[in-house]
Amino acid sequence: MATSAREHAHAPAPSKTGLWSWLTTVDHKRIGILYGASAFIFFLIGGLEALLIRWQLRIPENNFLSAEAYNQLFTMHGTTMVFLAVMPLSAMLFNYLIPLMIGARDVAFPRLNAFSYWVFILGGLFMNASFLFNAAPDAGWFGYANLTSKQYSPGMNVDFWVIGLQILGVASLAAAVNFFVTIINLRAPGMKLMRMPMFVWMSMITQVLLLLAFPVITVALVFLLTDRMFGTGFYIPAQGGDPILWQHLFWIFGHPEVYILILPPFGIVSEILPVFSRKPLFGYAAMVFSGAFIAFLGFGVWSHHMFSTGLGPIADSVFSLTTMLIAIPTGVKIFNWIGTLWGGSLQMKTPLYYALGFIALFVIGGLSGVMHASPPADLQQTDTYFVVAHFHYVLFGGAIFAMVGGAFYWWPKMFGYMLREGLGKVQFWIMFIAMNLTFFPMHYAGLHGMPRRTYTYVAGLGLDWLNLVETIGSLGLAVAFTLFMVNIFVSFRGRKANPAPADPWNGATLEWSIPSPPQEFNFPEIPTVEGRDPLWTAKRKHGGPLPEPKRVDGSNIHLPNPSYWPLVTAIGMSIMLIGFMAGGLPVNLIGVAILFFGAFRWAFEPTG
Amino acid sequence: MRHRSGLLTLFLMLTVIGIAGCGGDYPQSTLTPLGDFARMVDDVFRGTVRWALVVFVLVEAALLVAIFKFRGKPDDAEPDQVHGNAMVEVVWTIIPAVILAFIAVPTVKTIFRTAEVPTDAMEIEVIGHQWWWEFRYPTEGVVTATEMHVPVGQKVVLKMRTADVLHSFWVPQFAAKRDVFQARYTTLWFTADTVGWFPGQCAEFCGTQHARMHSWVVVESPEEFAAWTAAQRVGSPLVNGGVVAPDTTVPAPPVDSVVIKGQDAFVAGGCISCHAMVGTPLAGQLFEGNTNAGPNLSHVASRARLAGGMFENTEANLRRWLSDPQLVKPNTNMKLPRPLTDDEIATLVAYLQTRR
Ligand SMILES: [Cu+2]
Ligand SMILES: [Cu+2]
Repeated sequence: MATSAREHAHAPAPSKTGLWSWLTTVDHKRIGILYGASAFIFFLIGGLEALLIRWQLRIPENNFLSAEAYNQLFTMHGTTMVFLAVMPLSAMLFNYLIPLMIGARDVAFPRLNAFSYWVFILGGLFMNASFLFNAAPDAGWFGYANLTSKQYSPGMNVDFWVIGLQILGVASLAAAVNFFVTIINLRAPGMKLMRMPMFVWMSMITQVLLLLAFPVITVALVFLLTDRMFGTGFYIPAQGGDPILWQHLFWIFGHPEVYILILPPFGIVSEILPVFSRKPLFGYAAMVFSGAFIAFLGFGVWSHHMFSTGLGPIADSVFSLTTMLIAIPTGVKIFNWIGTLWGGSLQMKTPLYYALGFIALFVIGGLSGVMHASPPADLQQTDTYFVVAHFHYVLFGGAIFAMVGGAFYWWPKMFGYMLREGLGKVQFWIMFIAMNLTFFPMHYAGLHGMPRRTYTYVAGLGLDWLNLVETIGSLGLAVAFTLFMVNIFVSFRGRKANPAPADPWNGATLEWSIPSPPQEFNFPEIPTVEGRDPLWTAKRKHGGPLPEPKRVDGSNIHLPNPSYWPLVTAIGMSIMLIGFMAGGLPVNLIGVAILFFGAFRWAFEPTG
Repeated sequence: MRHRSGLLTLFLMLTVIGIAGCGGDYPQSTLTPLGDFARMVDDVFRGTVRWALVVFVLVEAALLVAIFKFRGKPDDAEPDQVHGNAMVEVVWTIIPAVILAFIAVPTVKTIFRTAEVPTDAMEIEVIGHQWWWEFRYPTEGVVTATEMHVPVGQKVVLKMRTADVLHSFWVPQFAAKRDVFQARYTTLWFTADTVGWFPGQCAEFCGTQHARMHSWVVVESPEEFAAWTAAQRVGSPLVNGGVVAPDTTVPAPPVDSVVIKGQDAFVAGGCISCHAMVGTPLAGQLFEGNTNAGPNLSHVASRARLAGGMFENTEANLRRWLSDPQLVKPNTNMKLPRPLTDDEIATLVAYLQTRR
């Protein structure tokens, strides 16, 4: 980025390196990297929690962990993986890729983008700070009422959870507005909606889901907060409240949340498969509409998480049928991915391995999903390890495989050097085998009577060896991710010898038309788009690979100034919410003051 | 070739797990139904699994064929740039829809069949507590814990609720599971067709000791069941307010007998504020609304398990439990008002072991 030095008469020359430059950055690429690095660290923490869980369960009646510690760990594992790992990993890709893929210089609201990140990281740190007080959340990531009431959870554990999630929700909502507006408004000339890369489509649908689903959990959490802090009784039977209200609100958010987690990986896979098959995505329109249909139906199926509450035969039937209906657009996606491979010329590079692994494993998760879409069968399976197996095939076999594939695919673009192919493939095989060893036996454990969220199980139920295999598998997963970090380290050390060209994979989308890593302004000139897969069209016209794009002087390109007000505002908002838990009204008010001060200065800051 | 051997290994591995998973002894399994309700559920499940296997094999096979058949080299000519095929896409939208119909029809049928609660059934009230299950038999006049006795071949309806947080009562061999709430009853029903002891456990996360909230269904012959209820009725809170007419045909126990000393210790130690016990002034207590309520102990020695089924009802375990319940089962509502002396514990253990 040395060539993009620029001067502004009315602003101090922004420094390009150092801590301060990261704290004040509004560059979507830097914010993307911040998201990615933070999310990966949280992913490692969540993974460590999972390993401790597995170590406890490797033998029956183990005393490695106390019941309290175990309950904190499984709650934090779920909460961390959903809100602090997979969602922000998606946010990393939204940030980094959406502007590049649609031919824009930044997101629509760069400072709001920085604000989202700061709120997210403060929420994540706050949630994990609970461990320092030995009061990590311990009522499950689903936090069912009335266990979460002050009467049954008097400690700070649930407070950390409620306030942490509220903070994180603000980050998600702000980001969702931002990306939605970015995709609608900032597309390059000619980039019609039906010409957008599939990742951008899936991202846009995800933003709509976020915008509609997060207000629901926000309301649910506000009820819980006031129940706990101010003695209201939304979820308390003795006060005329009903714990089932929480379940409805939570799952009206919770099921769309599943698609918030999995649609971006669908997008990743839909980018990788065509490039490494050297063939366009099969059934583009069907892919778009099936994604939209999945999202739409996703709001009408929440009660499939509640069959065991006894909703009655009519509700059970309706929610069962809508749930089964979702299998159809999901099936269409899987068939279209295979259709993309079919007749292609498969280049067996690392990203493709993970995309293929994604399909193979996601199918299993989809099929077990159909099994508990049937309420009678679900009455046996719900709250057992069968369900744990199901969603780990979807979220680990699905989302995480796609994310790792995406990491190998876009790493050269983001950092300017290639990751090692050989190590990546070895990691794939370890991950693929270990993943199945860890999660496949869970189907049997569940069907043979092992409930979820239990800190131990008794000998003699036939569950011992299944659990032992699962634990061995989880160690394999630890090896796989250690290898990933080794790969990053080794590749970074050798980056000079292995620089990434602009277009290492024969890509189809605009991000491959600019240098790796991109310059701060992304595109020296905003490209004009004439169809889908614009880079392939350009290469075909040119009759072969394009010349390596030059780094240019972008000093005349207008970019937003760095700003620390988003960080200040984020800190104010977090303090305001934390006041509900510690310090009370004075802390709330200090937070509000900082929040307003930050927002005010932000609003009247010269934007360069 | 490496890919092929990797996939083959995985396939073999899954097959081994699959086969092994079907054999062996799994007393808490859902896959060996022993009652009508569970069998209906099992039929739906097995039907779905069959379709799922067909789809699994076809899709994974198509994927593998694509991977091996269309392997290309970097300098190969660009493949045909196919963008889609309306015909194919319509077909693979319709086929899953048809398969789903084959799953949906038996599903909906079974939903309505299982929702019909039989009217000619024996009723048992199931009450969840942190962390143990209470069973009340309104007609038979029995109040017990952890072990739910039912006669073989008899339809039973479970009317279920909780005294505190949500739990889920799970009878994997005979029915399935249902969550329990404070303000309304949920139901399950089944007919057990095999005699024996069948374990289950709470399925809804309910706090610290969720893993230690076990239950058993004890299926016995009608005669055994009748004998069991007859014994359990004595001093039951549901029979005559727990009051038992003194038996004048036998001499009263001497004051230094285990029973009299035990009763005194039971009252003095504070046990009485949470547990009903025949012969004490609060024998008729159901402790409604007391979230610390403990099981009715009038016949505790007739039960095989203690502390929500956490361990066997032996003298040693009872002693350990009474010495420091919070150590044995952290956070349990069994909170001693004061530590018991060794003497008291010995007396109480001996006494409780006579409560058959
Ligand atoms: Cu769902
Ligand atoms: Cu429970």
